[in-house]
Amino acid sequence: MELLSHLALGFETALSLHNLLYAFVGCLLGTLIGVLPGLGPSTTIAMLLPITYALPPVSALIMLAGIYYGAQYGGSTTAILVNLPGEASSVVTAIDGYQMARKGRAGAALATAGISSFIAGCVATLVLAAFATPMSEIAFKFGPAEYFSLMVLGLVGAVVLASGSLIKAIGMILLGLALGLVGTDVNSGVARFSFDIPELTDSISFIAVAMGLFGFAEIVTNVEQGEHRETFTTKVTNLFPTMEDFRRMLPAACRGTVLGTFLGMLPGGGATLSSFASYTLEKKLSKRGDEFGQGAIEGVAGPEAANNAGAQTSFVPLLTLGIPSNVVMALMVGAMTIHNIQPGPQVMTSNPELFWGLIASMWIGNAMLIVLNLPLIGLWVKLLKVPYRYLYPAILVFCCIGVYSVNNNTFDVFVTAAFGILGYAFQRCNMEPAPLLLGFVLGPMMEENLRRALLLSRGDFSTLFTRPLSLSLLIATLVLLLIVALPAIKRTREDAFQEA
Amino acid sequence: MKLSIRNQKDVAAGAIYIAFGAAFSLGALNYNMGDAARMGPGWFPFWIGVLMVAVGAATAAGGMRARAADDPLKKPELRTLSWIIGAVILFGLLLQPLGLVLSLAVLVVVSSLASHEFGWKGTLANTVILIAFSIGAFIKGISLQIPLWPSFLIN
Repeated sequence: MELLSHLALGFETALSLHNLLYAFVGCLLGTLIGVLPGLGPSTTIAMLLPITYALPPVSALIMLAGIYYGAQYGGSTTAILVNLPGEASSVVTAIDGYQMARKGRAGAALATAGISSFIAGCVATLVLAAFATPMSEIAFKFGPAEYFSLMVLGLVGAVVLASGSLIKAIGMILLGLALGLVGTDVNSGVARFSFDIPELTDSISFIAVAMGLFGFAEIVTNVEQGEHRETFTTKVTNLFPTMEDFRRMLPAACRGTVLGTFLGMLPGGGATLSSFASYTLEKKLSKRGDEFGQGAIEGVAGPEAANNAGAQTSFVPLLTLGIPSNVVMALMVGAMTIHNIQPGPQVMTSNPELFWGLIASMWIGNAMLIVLNLPLIGLWVKLLKVPYRYLYPAILVFCCIGVYSVNNNTFDVFVTAAFGILGYAFQRCNMEPAPLLLGFVLGPMMEENLRRALLLSRGDFSTLFTRPLSLSLLIATLVLLLIVALPAIKRTREDAFQEA
Repeated sequence: MKLSIRNQKDVAAGAIYIAFGAAFSLGALNYNMGDAARMGPGWFPFWIGVLMVAVGAATAAGGMRARAADDPLKKPELRTLSWIIGAVILFGLLLQPLGLVLSLAVLVVVSSLASHEFGWKGTLANTVILIAFSIGAFIKGISLQIPLWPSFLIN
């Protein structure tokens, strides 16, 4: 049983005292920040990345994974209690979770979210462990043409999920790809688009882009709109769901887990797609369809399980192929690069204790969340009462110190400010920043793989279509695009996002 | 003419793409293009830029159709944006000469001015708490190398 010995190695790494501590601190901090209204997992990770710099790589990644799960759980808490989802993936939770809270069942809703996520986490960890080895073997068969096509598929997959217009999202990807190219070209050594600014020859700081587009732009918009939110905090008393709740929640959580596990592995998939799909499924399956939107417990259990499972299995393409499938994974690439780890199939062989330790820590993180959060809900509720006018300067402080400390360089602070302004303009024009960030990470990789592929084929583009693996990836891309472009599906897609 | 643009957001987005695309493509012309078989540093950014212009034109054209959804561009409220981004830029400018404590104070106070519910008492309390926390967590806790006080005071 190779799988068992791998998992044993993983648990041995993850269960060491200091790694446990980092997982714990990660979960705690992630929840702490994620609970703040308007801050989703990507902003939280971008904000907290700097505190992992000083750690050894294994501990840093374990902590980041903890931050991710914590942020996601924190986001659900906010969605349920204040109807303010921090990120698209918890939008669905807000629909029924908030209604449950309004009916005085906030405690049960929070517990349902926690328990469903835990069930999903256990299953997804096993699936991730089981898929990792075969997937990375496939990865070794990938040539540059395949990698290029895979990235095209991943980017298009991400676009399909963007809630706004398709063409605008494609524009954001292209913009991201182009911005990612700023800096020294690895092949010719030419400093591209750097305007003779020494800091720019080193490429634009990823953290600066992420914090500017997500953090700063978000804050400006929130402050502009002023504060008006309704919190159901006084009613969080009876935490434990009833037997009837369990009976309704468990099947939904299991279905959500299965759905999320598979959707998470798709390029462009992950938490968001999974939670939307699960909500639709639960609504279709339920005999009490009319209860949905009025506080149906299945509407919390299914999507919460699905988004957690999807969040976890979206590590599969990252760890085995080295391709981030969504923004959070793009942030993980950023983090790994800072620690000098090149994500990809070679990680498993060159750093087995990192790879399996990370996987084991995912399960530990999930277990910790449930232990940590059920008793701490009272604390999170108090945190939600802190007025936004005190919160946002705090967020700015963390972002500024964080961005500065990456390179000990104030230039990055200015870059962040510039991207804050750009992000604000994007929001004004309904342009989604997530595809840009993904493009930004993939830009240099795409150029390099296309260059190599065309070098091998002596400039013949048909190499992308004649190699079977590459062709099938491109066909999958085309199918995805057609599906979204078809009028009937376009309408339901718009409905789904409208409902949110 | 302006009235005929129904989806102003799409047209503005298109304009942004066209501007960036053109800038990248024109900029790429300064570098060696090479050809598909031997790509120079200019090849990939040039074509990405061209694609971006095309996507931008399509987006803008879509927004100008007669049956485009009516989505006017709201007038940007520059007050909030300027306070917040201005505070960040000030932080960047002041950090090296004045050290962490003073530049954080500027960051917190200036950014707080953006709020509609600004009050001095709360803001100053918040400033003190955040500075204390930052020193505790970032300087003492994870030992980031950031000067705390103005360099002319230490020397």
